[in-house]
Amino acid sequence: MITAENIHKSFGDNQVLKGINAEFKPGTTSLIIGGSGSGKTTLLKCMVGLHEPTDGTVEYDNRNFTTMNFEERIAIRKEIGMLFQSSALFDSMTVEENIMFPLNMFTEQPKKEKLERVNFVLERVNLAGKNKLYPSELSGGMMKRVGIARAIAMNPKYLFCDEPNSGLDPKTSILIDELIKEITEEYDITTIIVTHDMNSVMGIGEYILFLHQGQKWWEGSKEEITSTNNQELNDFVFATKLMETLLKK
Amino acid sequence: MIFYHFGKYILLLKSVFRRPEKASIYKREIFKEMVDIGLGSLGIISIISIFIGAVTTVQTAFQLVSDLIPKSIIGSITRDSTILELSPTICSLVLAGKIGSSIASQIGTMRVTEQIDALEIMGINAPGYLILPKLLAGVLMIPLLVIIAIFLSITGGYFAGVASGAVTAAEYIQGLTTDFIPFTVTVAMVKAVIFAFIITTVSSYQGFYTDGGALEVGQSSTKAVVISCISILVADYIIAQLLL
Repeated sequence: MITAENIHKSFGDNQVLKGINAEFKPGTTSLIIGGSGSGKTTLLKCMVGLHEPTDGTVEYDNRNFTTMNFEERIAIRKEIGMLFQSSALFDSMTVEENIMFPLNMFTEQPKKEKLERVNFVLERVNLAGKNKLYPSELSGGMMKRVGIARAIAMNPKYLFCDEPNSGLDPKTSILIDELIKEITEEYDITTIIVTHDMNSVMGIGEYILFLHQGQKWWEGSKEEITSTNNQELNDFVFATKLMETLLKK
Repeated sequence: MIFYHFGKYILLLKSVFRRPEKASIYKREIFKEMVDIGLGSLGIISIISIFIGAVTTVQTAFQLVSDLIPKSIIGSITRDSTILELSPTICSLVLAGKIGSSIASQIGTMRVTEQIDALEIMGINAPGYLILPKLLAGVLMIPLLVIIAIFLSITGGYFAGVASGAVTAAEYIQGLTTDFIPFTVTVAMVKAVIFAFIITTVSSYQGFYTDGGALEVGQSSTKAVVISCISILVADYIIAQLLL
């Protein structure tokens, strides 16, 4: 379980997060949603330590991540997998080398075993046989799937996804969403997804945290999200005509 | 502002020297960087060195109008200027442009495409993994390039001097071997090592803290070259004051 307690984050005079509290349970796909500039990605980065919170704490299974020293954080990070908005694949490496990279760095397994693991995760994301391709030879959806494969290569306990659907067509978006949900349930991972895609919310959101102007504005399930009276949330949810039409039907 | 950046630079260096996660991977990266920095720069260093030596010889000969000064002095002047100043400093300035911009843009691109964040999330010490191999490769290869540059420069001076008739082969060689102070080579090597450190770390710093997109990567690359060149010249003066 990941707990964020009273997270504040400022960049100079700009206060981006204003005391966020949230609990993300294992085996659950949690979504952080909100408009542009609401602080979603900043919250995610505070939770994984890419940004230091100005105030507040982040705990991984009751281990206080915020007060840990460098070595202790490294140990936690080995339990974290992350899918980046831009996929963040190492462009000088092939798909196989990208996925094998954390295995090479942190395990003493023989090459054959590492290769088996690479092939297993590639198969898991439906990219079997694409080992020798470079990121520049992949489509956006394939890059995301390689990103997921790399993120799960080390059997993480926690999976973070920053806008996994950005730049993808609706069909590929659904495939990526379903893949993340399946992996979460299969390995009992604590998964946190930052998104503003309402398809994802309605498709895989089990716990949804809505941020507005750096504050937790609403939390609940996807079943509750369409029936809330929260004006800002309604403005966000029904911003697309599709949602409105579907709900009217 | 300058102290802010200097402090940040020192903190980055502290992270660079943290214990590597896996020595074998770092070793492989160091060899890769040695090929990039060393072999990749050999061509340009060879060409500029030959011409620097040739020009030094021809211009020294042009200024020696008195019959009282032996022609062999041309060889001595070419040797000392090449070893003490021209090879280490000019080569390093050229390398700051070639290697420095490459390092800054490579690391800067990794920063803006979140590849550095990906390294950190994996639990890898990103400054160590990205900068240490470049730093070690630079500190090993740039002095070697300077030695090659010294040799080629003196050879270039020989051919230019003899071909133009400014000095005979015997006079040039006599000048090279007269009153040679081996310590000048030590000074050249000290300069090469310090300049290599400056080029690799300053460029890495500029790349590592790039913020934005493609435009900012270009700006970081330019800044890396400018700051490296200025730092090299300042360090050149300090080393000369301290060692000579």
